Order: sequence, then C-alpha cells, then structure tokens
Amino acid sequence: MKFELAGAPHQPPAASVGGVMRQVLYALVPAVAAHVWFFGYGILFQIALAVGFAVAFEAIMLKLRDRPIGLFLSDWSAVVTGVLFALCMPPLAPWWIAAVGMLFAIVIAKQLYGGLGYNLFNPAMVGFAAVIIAFPLELSQWLLPRSLSPGLPGLLETAQAVFTGRLPATLDWDSVTGATPLDQLRTGVRENLLVTEVRSAPIFGDFGGRGWEWIANFYALGGIYLLWKRVISWHVPVAVIATTVMISMPLWLFGPDTNPSPAQHIFSGALVLAAFFIATDPVSGCSTSKGKLVFGAGVAILTLVIRRWGGYPDGVAFAVLLMNMGAPLIDRLTRPRTYGH
Amino acid sequence: MVEALPGDRIHAFPGGLKLRHHKAVACEHPVKRPALPDRLYIQILQHQGESGELLVTDGDRVRAGQALTSAGDDFIVPEHAPTSGTIETITDHPAAFPPGGTQRAIVLVPDGRDEWVECRPVADWHNASPGTLIDHLHQSGLAGMGGAMFPTAAKLRGDWPQLRTVILNGAECEPWIACDEMLMRERAQDVIEGGLILARAAGAERVVIAIEDRMGVVDDRLRAARQALGAEDSVRIRKVFTVYPEGGERQLIQALTGREVPHDGLPQDLGVVVHNVATAAAARDAVLEGRPLIERIVTVTGPGIAQPRNFLTLIGTPFSHLVDSAGGYAEPVSRLILGGPMSGTALASDAIPVTKGSNCILALTERETAPTQPTMPCINCGECVRVCPARLLPQTLFRLIEAENLDAAADYDLSDCIECGCCAAVCPSHIPLVDYYRHGKDELVRRRLDRRRAALAKRRYEAREERLARQKAERQARRKAREEKLKRPEKAQDEIQAAIERAKQNKKT
Ligand code: SF4
Ligand code: SF4
Repeated sequence: MKFELAGAPHQPPAASVGGVMRQVLYALVPAVAAHVWFFGYGILFQIALAVGFAVAFEAIMLKLRDRPIGLFLSDWSAVVTGVLFALCMPPLAPWWIAAVGMLFAIVIAKQLYGGLGYNLFNPAMVGFAAVIIAFPLELSQWLLPRSLSPGLPGLLETAQAVFTGRLPATLDWDSVTGATPLDQLRTGVRENLLVTEVRSAPIFGDFGGRGWEWIANFYALGGIYLLWKRVISWHVPVAVIATTVMISMPLWLFGPDTNPSPAQHIFSGALVLAAFFIATDPVSGCSTSKGKLVFGAGVAILTLVIRRWGGYPDGVAFAVLLMNMGAPLIDRLTRPRTYGH
Repeated sequence: MVEALPGDRIHAFPGGLKLRHHKAVACEHPVKRPALPDRLYIQILQHQGESGELLVTDGDRVRAGQALTSAGDDFIVPEHAPTSGTIETITDHPAAFPPGGTQRAIVLVPDGRDEWVECRPVADWHNASPGTLIDHLHQSGLAGMGGAMFPTAAKLRGDWPQLRTVILNGAECEPWIACDEMLMRERAQDVIEGGLILARAAGAERVVIAIEDRMGVVDDRLRAARQALGAEDSVRIRKVFTVYPEGGERQLIQALTGREVPHDGLPQDLGVVVHNVATAAAARDAVLEGRPLIERIVTVTGPGIAQPRNFLTLIGTPFSHLVDSAGGYAEPVSRLILGGPMSGTALASDAIPVTKGSNCILALTERETAPTQPTMPCINCGECVRVCPARLLPQTLFRLIEAENLDAAADYDLSDCIECGCCAAVCPSHIPLVDYYRHGKDELVRRRLDRRRAALAKRRYEAREERLARQKAERQARRKAREEKLKRPEKAQDEIQAAIERAKQNKKT
C-alpha cells in the first residue's frame, strides 16, 4: 500500500480564516438588529452597499493582481471590512460614500499592500477616515433614535434618501438629522456648558446616548461570543475598556462638570465596537499577549485624547490607525522570552 | 529549610493544547506478542550517534541476545539479535528516517527455536558502581525508547554533583499512543526497579515518575508496586496535566521543577535527568536478567486499523506484520504515521521495521487528515503565539524563513523550536508551519557546515597560495643566483674546479 507523505501535525486544521471571519459576522447580528430598531433600516442599506462595493473591488483587484478570486473571496474578509465600515456610517449616508470608502479600504489599504494579511492598516478604518475627511457634512447627518424621532423613515424613504440624497416630502432633513451624543457633548463643553447640563438633553439615556447604549451592549454581547468561541482573546477588549475607565474615572471624579463619566465614554460612540471588533483585527494589530494589551491601551488613550482635543467627535478610527502604525514595533518590543533564554 | 525538589509541586508551562484522547481503543486488551514474522529487519543504526561495526555476515547463525554490531563509545550502541535464526543478508531497507529513505539493516530469518546466548545479569546492582551499571546498560543496547533514541549511557555518564533526581517520563501526551500506559499497567514494578537502577547509575537519590492525570489505574498500580518494593522514600509518583506537549522533555521538566533548561544547557544543569518509562523497564531487564534490549511495546491503532491494540514486538518486525496481527487495515488508509498525530512522521510504506524508538503506528483515514486545505496568507492572528510552549513567535519565524532571512530567524531563536506542531494545528490559514521550521533549521545547519567548509577551503587556499608564493620566491632566488654566476664567469669557473676536486676526492676514498 502507498501512503501519503506529509509533515506533522496530522490533524484536520482547527479553524479557517473564512470560519473566523464568519464568526465575526454572526457576532454582529444582535447589534445590527438593535441598530435597525433604534434608527431604522438605514444601516441595512449601508451594509448592503459597503459589502457590495467591498466584494466587487476585491474581485477586480484580485483579477488584476492575478490571484485566485474564489479562494480569497471565500475568506469573507472583504465582507467583514464592509460591515464594519457600514456600522460607522450615518444611516442615510448617500450610496457613493460607501463606494469611496471601500475604494480606500479595499483597493488602497488592502490590495495595494498585498491583500489579506499584508495590510498595515485596518481597511475599514482607512475607509472611514477617508470619507470623514472628504465628506464631513454627509457624515454628520445622523438620525435621532426612535423614541425621540417624529418618525423613522420607512424602507422606501430610506432607499430614496440613500440613492438620490432626497427625502420624501413627509420628512425633512432638519427634523430627521441630529447630532450624535458625542457631538452634542463636545459642542456643549466647548460652549462652556456643564456636562450635567448637556447630559440632561433627551438624546442621553441612562449611561450613554439613548439607543447607542443599547447598541453598545449588543456589541459587547457579540464580543463575549467571540471570546467564548476563542476568535479573539481578552487582551484587547479588556485593555481598551479598562484604560478608558482608568483615565476617565479620576478626571470625572475631580471635575464632573467638565469631564464625561467613564460610562458616557464607553456607551456613546464606537468604543465598544472598536474594543471587540476593530482593535482586535489581527492583521493590523499586535500578536503577542503583552502587545495586545499595549495596543488596546493605546487605542483607548488616543480615543480619549481625540475626543477631548481633536477635530472629530469620535476618535476611535484615528486612534486605531495610529496604533496600527506602531503595531509591528510593539510586537517587537513585547517579544516573549524564549524557553531557556 | 526544606529544599524543594522536582515533583514537589506541579507547575504550569506556557502554551500547549488540550487534545482529545483516543488511547482507550488500544487498551482494551492486554499486551500480546504477535506471531513470529518471516523476517526481521534490524537497522544497524537505531539511535542518535553512529552504528557499531558489523559482527555478522550473510549465512551466520545467531542466537537471541547475541550482539550483531559492536559497542563503541557512548554514542555507538550495539544491536542484538531479537531471536535465533540465520542472517540472510545485510541490505538497505526502507526506514522511517529519513522519511521516504532507507537504512542499512540486517535481515534475520528466525528459526522459531528462540535459543538464547547466556544472559549475564549484574550481580548485586545495589552495590555496583555507576560506571559498571552504565557500561552494562550500554552493552545491552539501551537507547531512549520515547522516540528521540538518545543513547542511554551518554545520558547517564558524567560528573553532575547536583544531580538529585531521575525523572521517568510516563506522560505520553500525544493522542492515540498508549504503549507507555500499558507498560506501566502491566509492569509497574519493573518500571520502578528500572528507575532505581537508573538513579543509581546517574548518582541520583530519587525517582519521580510523571504520569498523566487521567491514568487512574496506572497510578494505583505504581503505588502498589512502590509499596511492594519498599521504595516509598525514594520514588514519587506525580500526575501532570494532560496537555500536549507535556511529555516533551523540556516541558515535563518545567512542569515538575518550575524551571527551564537553559537553551545551551542540559537537564542535568537543573539536577535532573529524564528517561522514558520503557527505557527504565529495559534497564531493569538488562541489569536483573542480563537481557539486552530486543523488544518493545508498540501501539498499533487508529481508525484505519481493524483491531487496535498493543503488541510486545521484537525489534526488526515490519510494521505490516503488526498491522496484519491487528486484523489488517479496516478502511482505506491515507496516512500511516510513526508516533502521534501531532509530531509523528508520515511513512511512505509499511515495510519499515520496528526500532527501539518506535512507539506507535497510527493509521489515519481521510476523515482525520482532511484533504489538504489551501494555504492562505498569515493573518497575524497570534493563535500560534498563544500555543507555542517554547514561547516563540511562530508567525514571525514563518515570515522570516519564507523571505529566506535565516539569520534573522536564528535571532528569533528558530533553533529553540521543539517542532511540537501546536502552532500549525491552530493556524487558521493552514500554513504548514513546522515544515518551514524544519527547512529553516536544516538550512541553518547547512550554512554552518558550509561556513566551516568554506573556512577550511579558505585556509587550504591560503596555504597553497603561500606555498606557491614561497616556491616562486625560491625559484626567483635560484635564478638570480644563476644569473649572478653567469655574470661572473670566473666564479663559475671556481665552482666547477671545486666540483672536480670533490669528485676526485670521492674516487680516492
Ligand atoms: S496562527 Fe497562522 S495565521 Fe495566525 S499568526 Fe500564526 S501563522 Fe499567522
Ligand atoms: S512547532 Fe515550534 S514554533 Fe510551533 S508551537 Fe511548537 S515550538 Fe512553537
């Protein structure tokens, strides 16, 4: 009898890249559902658009680069990039935002760097940074959560808004768009209002932005699922959230009038999403345990700094990109001591 | 203060994998001897080191226990005839190492009478000197039976004043392999006696037997045997967690001592030396009964085997014979493995014979090995980093080796990789990481040799250049001298005259 010669280990592989990416998508389902509940169907359009453009660009680039298209599309990484990007978009953002975002994310940040595994920066965040710099106006038009809104746009109205940029006569932009809680907070503090005063606005809920706090909870739930499935390790999420608390807590305790509470920081904006789904991106992050802790802490610190002093209400995307730059160095500096050395 | 000794406490080691175990399938029946095969193929080299001189030729009749190759220094271990019969030939025969290659083997046709040479046990080993014991074990052909096949005498010899403990490794953490477990079940007392012999030979005071925490029966039997021998003071039985690769020598030492063997050092530096439990039992047979190492327990198992079980097998028995004795192949077997699924070697054929280090033959079907999945680029997920028991950065090593940047890979301690396969087992990109490390290590060794060879060549070249230059200088000097003479003919004349005078003188005498 003839037997096959192969190197050890002689076991079917435990996981696959596609499998890992699919788990990430499953983990996002609850948060997306919550998003739909609080802000209407917009998010679904954003996801469909971003994923569609992501996959299309990925396929074209693979073809141009003469790479096996089927193999790399089936790794689901382009889909994950699209979804994460879409989750940062205002629900009614026009369709071409997704096109531009994915152009930067997939074509430039990913494929031009060599495709899966070779990108230095988190593609979704590159896409987000590109569009928020290029189209700040479009990206500031948020919807109010269901409970505060005179009426969320329906499916058709959403489609019309996304594809034509026009709202049906029954709705007008002024009544629909509102600032995010983080926006509000920033503007308020800059206008010398007390945090407590700003917080009394209806857009704030019990511990974060109304609606946003629930979505953040569902991100955390998905994140716990990923931890349980061992898709991610605890280091990055714990580092992000613990560092946020550690820095914002004393500031808040000593100056509650000018500093938002830790809960406020965590439950408004994209911090929880980042902690579990974005800063945990393996490719552009750190791979040693200590490195992951440093990486997560860095993301949290930079986010707080940008929120406080930067030009944008939420600093998560820029924080992640900045840390991406440092990741290889952090990995090198946190290299564990080899056995016996 | 009471000194903490190895085995007093169980420590953790980094990384590793919890694997599902399949040992029970082969353990349902007691160990049995298979029928005598038609031919035994005894490899003349079965250990790390070199083979001894052949002591037999074609047509010789030999008896069981007779040396077939000579013993040399500690790294030249003799082979013995497993049974009586005739030497048919000495030939190159398929072998497990190198994979797909051959090794010189003595082909013995058994006569079925199993006549023995006279066995010479060591009288009163309790008072024998360590040197005597080590020499005896060496003459008896002992080499490590856990798979690495390090010559036992070489491990025991040496002046290690701090050496306190002999660790017996009974923690075979690979799934499927059960030969050590069966040995400890059936010969608990012999294992302990062997451990005490090895301790005496190493100058150690005590023996720690490490077993897995799931081996309940073994624990009971070892304890009973220890009591029967009255060795409670000097023998400890320690359960370690069943985490792969806990049975790796360095990991086991870490688990039992909490310390790491220095990368350029030996276990002896920590006051311990590790032997496989099967080696201990073989040491006992050699010392108490005078029987050289001619047989071992081999697990024949896997979904591709009809009746998995453990065999007490003569060295040289072809694997195919063992498979037949286990009822043959049950299903189409895609991979035949010597050792376990994590670190075993895939065999090209089942004609390969059992050697002293063959612990398990594992027949896997396509279901277990899975059609090789396409390799994807590394996504830097760090799973490999998490499981590496040597605390390496496997993905960094992979990238460096892929880029042929071997010097950098060496800086990242490539040579400290124990090739356990944990990283490759968890890699979602299905990168055959261990293959890269093997290649990288081979390449480093080759380069080192190349460098040495180049240095030698350079020295030779320089020596030659120097010689040539010298010769040239000498030639020039001679020519110059000749030219000088030609320039002054009267001096040349003088010399001719002198020569004639000398010739005359010679004639006279
Ligand atoms: S497990 Fe595989 S994909 Fe993940 S970092 Fe290691 S080599 Fe890369
Ligand atoms: S094979 Fe080498 S690199 Fe991989 S886990 Fe084992 S020791 Fe680490």
